This record gives sequence, C-alpha cells and structure tokens, in this order.
Amino acid sequence: MKWKTIKEHIIYSLLRLSGLFIVCTLAILLFYILSGGIGKISWEFLTNFPTNGMMSGGIFPMILGTLSLMTLTMLIALPLGIFSAIYLVEYAKPGRFTNAIRLAVHNLAGVPSIVYGLVGLGLFVVFLGLGLSLVSAALTLAIMVLPIIIASSQEALRAVPQNIREGALALGSTKWETTCHHVLPYALPGMLTGSILALSRAAGETAPIIMTGAAFYMTHLPSSIFDEFMALPYSIYTLATQSSNAEATRPTVFGAILVLLLIVLCMNLVAIIVRNYYRRKYRW
Amino acid sequence: MSEDIEIETRNLSLWYGDKQALKNIDMKIPEEKVTAIIGPSGCGKSTLIRCFNRMNDIIEICRVKGNILIDGKDIYDKTMDVVELRKNVGMVFQKPNPFPKSIYENIAYATRIHGIKNKKKLNEIVEKCLKQAFLWDEVKDRLDGSARSLSGGQQQRLCIARALAIEPKIILMDEPCSALDPIATAKIEELIRYLSEKYTVVIVTHNMQQAARVSDYTAYMYIGEVIEFGKTKQIFENPSEENTENYITGRFG
Amino acid sequence: MKFDLFTLKKYDYKKIRNLKDNAIRKILFGFGATAVIFIIIILVFLLIEGLPFFLEGDGIDFFTGDVWDPSSPNTPRYGILPMVLGTFLVTLGAIVIAVPIGIGCSIYLAEIAHPKIRETLKPIIEILAGIPSVVYGFFALIILSTWIDDFFNSTTKLNALTGSIMLAIMMLPIIISLSEDAIRSVPQEMKEASLALGLSKWDTIRGVVVPAALSGITAAIILGVARAIGETMTVLMATGNAPVISFDMLSSMRTMTATIAIEMGEVPFGSTHYHSLFAVGIVLFAITFIVNFIADRVMKRFREKY
Ligand SMILES: Nc1ncnc2c1ncn2[C@@H]1O[C@H](COP(=O)(O)OP(=O)(O)OP(=O)(O)O)[C@@H](O)[C@H]1O
Ligand SMILES: [Mg+2]
Repeated sequence: MKWKTIKEHIIYSLLRLSGLFIVCTLAILLFYILSGGIGKISWEFLTNFPTNGMMSGGIFPMILGTLSLMTLTMLIALPLGIFSAIYLVEYAKPGRFTNAIRLAVHNLAGVPSIVYGLVGLGLFVVFLGLGLSLVSAALTLAIMVLPIIIASSQEALRAVPQNIREGALALGSTKWETTCHHVLPYALPGMLTGSILALSRAAGETAPIIMTGAAFYMTHLPSSIFDEFMALPYSIYTLATQSSNAEATRPTVFGAILVLLLIVLCMNLVAIIVRNYYRRKYRW
Repeated sequence: MSEDIEIETRNLSLWYGDKQALKNIDMKIPEEKVTAIIGPSGCGKSTLIRCFNRMNDIIEICRVKGNILIDGKDIYDKTMDVVELRKNVGMVFQKPNPFPKSIYENIAYATRIHGIKNKKKLNEIVEKCLKQAFLWDEVKDRLDGSARSLSGGQQQRLCIARALAIEPKIILMDEPCSALDPIATAKIEELIRYLSEKYTVVIVTHNMQQAARVSDYTAYMYIGEVIEFGKTKQIFENPSEENTENYITGRFG
Repeated sequence: MKFDLFTLKKYDYKKIRNLKDNAIRKILFGFGATAVIFIIIILVFLLIEGLPFFLEGDGIDFFTGDVWDPSSPNTPRYGILPMVLGTFLVTLGAIVIAVPIGIGCSIYLAEIAHPKIRETLKPIIEILAGIPSVVYGFFALIILSTWIDDFFNSTTKLNALTGSIMLAIMMLPIIISLSEDAIRSVPQEMKEASLALGLSKWDTIRGVVVPAALSGITAAIILGVARAIGETMTVLMATGNAPVISFDMLSSMRTMTATIAIEMGEVPFGSTHYHSLFAVGIVLFAITFIVNFIADRVMKRFREKY
C-alpha cells in the first residue's frame, strides 16, 4: 500500500515535469531571442534599408516583403477557400465526388510545404512564366493554405445547427438567403479564425518561398508583384547559414526573428480573440 | 366530406435510400380545419408533413413518387417554385428553432425577404403576429432582446408567430408541444383552435388528448401507411379499424 | 371561388430573387471548382515532372541506390536511400523524445492540472505551435548545437540528434493539444464508474481513461509524425545535410525535404537532376499523404466511439 502511494507520487511528479518541460522550452526560446534581439529593435531598424552587407541598417524591405506577400496570399486564398467551403457544405450534393474532394482537401492539409515550393517553382515560376516573383510566391503559399482554410471553414459551417437552416427555408427563404442570413453570420468567425491561423503559418514559411521569389539581397523595394522581394523568414535563413560574416550579422538575425515572431503572434492573437469573443456570443 | 380540399395526396410513396417510409398514401385534407396526424413513433408522420412544403428536398437520399396537390396544383411538378411554396405553407418544428437574432428580427426577417421593407408596415406585422400567437404581452417590452433568451414555450410561440408573418395558407406543425409544459401546451392548443378560423392546420402529435381536443380531422398512421382518416370524433369514438382502436386506447406494443 | 395561391401575379421581386439565387449558386460552384482544380493541378504537375525520371530508367537505382551524387560530371547517382534513412532516423529520434513528454503532458493537462495552470499552459502550447520553423532552425543552429557539442563531444556540430530534439519540440504542441482533446472527451461516467469501484485516480487514468482515449492519442502522434517528416527548415539548419548512410545519431544527415530545398535553386530546368527532385517530392508526398490518411482514419474511429 505504502509503495503504491510512493509510486503514484513519482508518476505524478513525472507528469508535472513534462508540463514544466513545455514551459521551460518556451522560456528558453524567448529568453535567447529577446536577449539577442531586443536591443536591436528601434525605429531605424524597422524603417531603414540594410547596409554594409546587412551587418547594419534596418530590415524594412523584409518586413514590407513579408506583409505584402501575406496580403497577396490572403487575397488569393481567402475568397477561394471560404467560397469553396460554402459550396462544398451548403450546396454540393453528397456523393462520391464530394467525398473525394473532402478527403483530398483534408489530407492535402498535411502535405509538406517544401512540396508546394517544388511545384510552385515548376508551375508558376517556370511553366507559367511568372518568374521569381511576389505573385509566384503568393500563389504557392495560397495553394498551400487553401486546404487548411477549406477544412476549417467547412468545420465552422457544419457547426451551425441544421434546424436553423430548416427554419429559414420553411419561411420561404431561397438557398442563398438562408446561407447568407442564417449560416454565415455564425460560421464566419470560425472560418476567419481558421483562416488567420493558416495565414500566420504561411507568414513564417520559408521553404516554399526559397524557390519561388524570395531574394537574398535587393537594393530596392519590389516595383510590382512580378518583382522579386525580400522576406523575413528567408533573410533569417540566409543570414544565419550563408552569411560571409555570421557573427556580425547575428544581431540583425535576432532582430528579424523578433519582428517575425511579433507578426505571427499578433495574427494568432487576433484569431484567438475572434474565436473567444464569438464562442461566448453564440451557443446553440 | 363536404368541405373544400386544401391538400390532396395521390398514391404518395417515399423512400429514404432503399427504405420505404411512406406507402401509397391517399388523403384529402380539408381547408380551414385542423387535421391531426397520430401514430406510433417512426411511422412516418414527420416524413409526411415534411412533404407538404417539400422540406424533404434537403435530405439527399430521399425519393418521392406520387402526387401532392395543394389547391389543385401538383407541388412536386418541375415548374413548382419551392421557395414560393414554402412561403405559402408555413412550418413549425418539433424543437423551437428561433434564429439567434432579436425577437423582432425573427418575425420581420421573412416579411422583409418577401418584399415588405417599409419600417412602419413591418412594425405592424410584428405586433399583429405576436398578438395572434399570444406572445405580445410577454415580449412587447423587449422586442430587441435575444430570441434565444425566451423560455421554450415562448420560443415555440415565437416560431408560430414567425410562420404567421408571411401569411401562409397552410401551417404545418410537427409535435409543436413536445418540449413544452402543460401550461404552455394549453396556450398553443388555444392558438391552434383560433388559427383554424383562417388557416389550414396540419399537426403531428403524440398526445391523444391533444389530438382529440384540437383537431377536426384525424389521420392514424402505422408503418408508413394511413390506416384510417376521418372526423376526429368518429376516429376516437368509433374507429373502424382494430389497429386504430388499439393505439387510441393504449393497448399497443 | 377559392383563393388561388399559385396564380398570384408574379411580381418582379420574386423573379429577381430566383435569378440571384441561381447566379450565386453558379458563382460559388465556380469558386469551388477553381479551388479543386488548383489542388488537382498540384498533384498532376508533381506527377508530370516526377514520372519522367522513373521512366528514364533510373527508377530502380533511385529506390535502391545508396549514393546521392547528382552533380557528379561523369556518373551522377540518384539513390534516395540516404535521405530516406535520414528522414527516418531524425523522425524516429523526435518520436522517442516527443511521445513520452507529449502523452505525459496531455494527461497532466487533462486530468491533473489545476484549471488555472491549464489555462496558462494552453496558450503557451499555442505559441509554441505558432513559432515559424525557421526560428526553431536558427535556435538549433546557434544554441542547441553548441549544447549538444559540449555534452556529447560529437564530431560534427550539426547532427541528427540536434534535428531530432528540435523536431520533437515542434511535434509536441500537436501531440499535446490533440491528445488532451481525446483524453478530455472520454465520458465522465466512465471515470466515475472506475472511481466508484474504489480504484485510485492514477489507476483510473491508466486503466480506463488512457485506454479509452488511445485511438485519439495515436492519431495525435501520427499527425505529429507527419509534421516531422515534412518539416524542412529546422532539419535543413540543424542536421548538417551530409547525404550519406549512417546510423550514428551524432553524425550529419540529410533528409528528403532538405535535399529539395538545397538543390532546387541550382538545377537547370528540365534536367534529369530537376526531375529527380520532383521524384523525391513524390515520395515525400506519398509518405505524408499516407501517414495523414492513417491518422484521419484512426481519428474517425475514435470520434465514432464517443
Ligand atoms: N433522414 C432520414 N434518413 C433515413 N431514414 C429516415 C430519415 N428520417 C426518417 N427516417 C426513417 O423514416 C421513418 C419515418 O420517420 P419519421 O421521422 O417520419 O417518423 P415519425 O412518425 O415522425 O416518428 P416520431 O413520432 O418518433 O417523430 C423512420 O423509420 C425513420 O427511421
Ligand atoms: Mg417525428
């Protein structure tokens, strides 16, 4: 009996330890990134061009590149993803075909990003002749996040109870009126939450943009969406691994990481706020 | 039957996939009367009344054969406008399903999508329907409040008011009282009696007394078939089929 | 004469509504079709660009060859084995580290932790899940590798172990949050039944809760594995990228994902080397698709149970 309680105490401690491990991991990560990067953050760093082989100056083009890449990706993926989810859930007749699409969408959400990069290079950059450009990279990322956006939007739509739809239809609403007035208002927060989370993943993605348009160094901002661009994740990668003077560029890397983390975490935060706000508002 | 016929089914059969849920149903539901549909659970009562406004359309595996005539027009005809049909055949569901909007919006919504946008007119309609549904006094001070904060009985009366707002000719009710307490039930029964002056009401119920109290006609269904259909008084007092009698008197498995 | 419902004068408003409804249906179908075509194009393009490589006669050598040396001027060799092994070992290492911690942490969160602790831990896990992989890669490259070097005195600073540890940390959020969901969805009655029989809390967790949630936990682990297999930047920056066959976790290794990332930028379009990378992509795609599919199946079975 005694041994048993001791054993349980040990097990409980181990379980607690595993929880502690998670906390420590984040703490260590944040400690190094903050201590390395916080001193670098300044108005000049955020708004200036890099100088002196990126050892000094700012990271403005990278920030701008990442933000415009995100915007473009969102403009492509959001309408496509959300509207096709609406079609699949509200309109498509269930059958083999719809099922196959559902299955494909679901499983494609787990395909490695590098595979999308590979195809993006072959398809958009070379085959369609869009070249190494913002638009090639955005299309690649859009296709990458599309399955995730569709899958989470479908889930949000299905969470709206069927009897609300029946109620609206029984009053003589058309299909679209039913969807637009009675389904979307309640599903949209969920759809947006999933979409923002997907886009925040895309914001930090490096592999797909390595090959589709991110540039190591540019002296000017991209002049159009058909121009190459600099992006935070790619710069972090190249500066960390390929810089001729790794030690000297390190502070820049830390600073860039901090900014990237802020962008990504802000997007996450927005998603979480949207989710919590509406979760409290609608209970079925 | 001397009355005018509102709904007529001709040899109506229905399948869910391979499973037949309705078998060759022929019945004539008279106008401006209350018709009750009774029968053991799973016999197809809901399925039948969901045919009258083609609510079954949204169930993919559902197939219908035969005809349903409403005011002489076949509602399963290809040229039938389902949206228009549903505007004319209102429905109240078993579980109250108000929209998660304000009380006012719940009623004004359908009126508005059917073309009435005048604010004053809408206010009038909302008030009239809530009064018809005996709900006005309870909610008149909180029309902007959430419909979901109403009690179950109030929600159900709101759903009835909602159905009245589009001025249907027929109102279908699928066990409208099954989630309600006796007092709320009594209120709704009173409402049904009152509605039958102007509307054709078809009500599905499990409550035999309720059927006897509110309906003029009663149909008894058993495993997808209408066994007996006639004046309520006659069905309850002098059923011609043994099966009906067993069910009504509670001698039923 | 009866009032006739259906011959009411047809006002235009109704027509417009119907037209609009139909138009929107078509537009939505257009969007759905476009998205699906996009997705299908990805698959088709991957196959079109990868299959020629198999057909050119290198197919067998591809799967059995143990040397990857595509840039050799005389005899380029395209053997995928070193990379498959690299992916396998690095992932295996990550599993060994992440699974016990992940399951332990999810049990702790779902059954033991005080609600307040849980509420603080959950956002931490979400943050970990949201950190971009290049940041993990950087951490591995700059900090973790020196620790490993100090501790094990390894020959190369960047090695499979560094990658495994980093991947484990990236897998943990997935494993923990999904397993926790699974554990928490075990019906309360089951736990109460067990406690009512006089079993201790730990016996209940071990004997009732975890077995009941096992398929959900399994699915969580498989999904974590899928993430690890497909991860690029972290391993690219952490494992040293030597495409050689080795079973030593302290030696440099190269995964399939890293190979594509490293070589894609420099291959001439349409060359054998170019197609060989698509062939690697197909293999990678197939593996992750199958792994995800299995996870999906297991998860479905779990959901059906409760
Ligand atoms: N969506 C559906 N898919 C398949 N079968 C269905 C579906 N809806 C109903 N059924 C079947 O059709 C038969 C009739 O169902 P229905 O709901 O009409 O019964 P009911 O008389 O309304 O029962 P209750 O009194 O319990 O509401 C049942 O056997 C039921 O299993
Ligand atoms: Mg029913």
